[in-house]
Amino acid sequence: MSQAATATIAHTSRRAFQTKLRAESISMTFSRDGKSTDVLENISLEVGDGEFVCLLGPSGCGKSTLLNTMAGFLSPTKGEVRIDDEVVTGPDPRRIFVFQERGVFPWLTVEGNIGFGLFKLSAEEKRRRIAHYVKLVGLQGFEKAYPQELSGGMKQRLEVARALAVNPDMLFLDEPFGALDSITRLIMRRELLRIWEAEKKTIIFVTHDIEESVQLADRVVVMSARPAKIQREVLIDIPHPRDISSPRYLELRDGIFEQIGLAHKV
Amino acid sequence: MNALAQPRKWEKVFWPVLASLVFLVIWHYAVRWTASNIFPSPLDVEKGVGELLGKGVLWGYIGDSLRRVATGFGISLILGVPIGLILGWYPAAAKVVNPTIQMVRPISPIAWIPLSILWFGVGDNAATFLIFMGSFFPIVVASMNGVRNVPSMFRRAGRNFGLKPAQQLARIVFPAALPQILVGLRISLGIAWLVVVAAEMTAVNSGLGYLVLDSRNSGKRYDLVVAAMLMIGVIGLILDFGIRRLETIKSVRWGFRSEG
Repeated sequence: MSQAATATIAHTSRRAFQTKLRAESISMTFSRDGKSTDVLENISLEVGDGEFVCLLGPSGCGKSTLLNTMAGFLSPTKGEVRIDDEVVTGPDPRRIFVFQERGVFPWLTVEGNIGFGLFKLSAEEKRRRIAHYVKLVGLQGFEKAYPQELSGGMKQRLEVARALAVNPDMLFLDEPFGALDSITRLIMRRELLRIWEAEKKTIIFVTHDIEESVQLADRVVVMSARPAKIQREVLIDIPHPRDISSPRYLELRDGIFEQIGLAHKV
Repeated sequence: MNALAQPRKWEKVFWPVLASLVFLVIWHYAVRWTASNIFPSPLDVEKGVGELLGKGVLWGYIGDSLRRVATGFGISLILGVPIGLILGWYPAAAKVVNPTIQMVRPISPIAWIPLSILWFGVGDNAATFLIFMGSFFPIVVASMNGVRNVPSMFRRAGRNFGLKPAQQLARIVFPAALPQILVGLRISLGIAWLVVVAAEMTAVNSGLGYLVLDSRNSGKRYDLVVAAMLMIGVIGLILDFGIRRLETIKSVRWGFRSEG
């Protein structure tokens, strides 16, 4: 009953967005040494333009595989991914994949990293964009620094800046804050929301952290263990900035805890 | 001195200098006590160095040795790095040639001396060839492994930003592999300096290796033998120090563990 209700809400809310990405009955089977493993099973998902969606599931459930498929790094065994009604056949600079902080190029400075994807622009435009994104992610004064001189949180912001600099319409984030300490992680979530509100990108964010998903997303897609299926979609109807001790926040969070089968007691 | 205590500035210089002085003293008294009249003491060697410098052959010989190393190592560098990059980039090609490389690689460059003289005669080219044989494979293997070890994340990021394969090689794979390539260059420069001495003992009539052998053959001048050996050691140290300077360039420093 409550699940049906949520589904309707989610459905109605999706109407508010124009569809950006549509995954149609995606299945993925990996075979190795003659053994085949089903990783994704018949996943259909729609993501609206400008929407922030979290894919939530236990480690190793296949949510990263799904993200890689949507980003074009893997092609599904069955089904297809369409973005702006075009079938995705490979990675594209219009949608950038952000790894954990290790994805920044250690041989380039902060400026070099942010300008990495801007090789088609004029020097003037490139300089302007670099300056803009250095400022957006708060790395002023570190333009000439190399990644090894930066903290984990700064490296992560740098990678986000490098992605945003090419002006993509989508960002795929694969547990981007997983390697950060819990305080830096909280700060990074706030930063990401601020940037998202400023830049209006569509974001698909993979995480295994329930709190993180409820704090960030417009919609949380809860996935089951392997082979991954969509268990439930939960609309997070709390405006930002979110009060994480409000009854509605706790209700949604606990609902997801229950859905995943965890009693909310340690 | 506590093991955890930071050595003070003067200690960093003092202890190594003391160690070399102790070594020289032991050497000196070992010669005195054994009453050897063939093996030179440090003072004899010092006089020997003076004599070599005075005669003026030394600078010529040093120049000859360095020129041969520069040529042989230079050819290895120019051929080895691109070949290694290509083999790392195309694993299929690496599979085809790797067994051959792995079989030729363990053959000591010294073993090539007869063939080098057969092919090039006694002279610079034979020595250069031997140095090339010694330093080429470490460069190829280091470059190949460097490319293979580039994290797939970097390559994927490159593809994501729309790089074409040639750009991918130049902007991702090469810079990401560069620290490992530099390690290979350092190793093979060391080998080149070892090989030049051996090559000069047989394949040519000049250079520091020739000087070592010639000093013994013409009148058992062991003071000059050891003096020449000392020069070889010092120049080797300078070469290594020089190539290590490359590791401090900022765009490759990430690949090296920082030392205190």
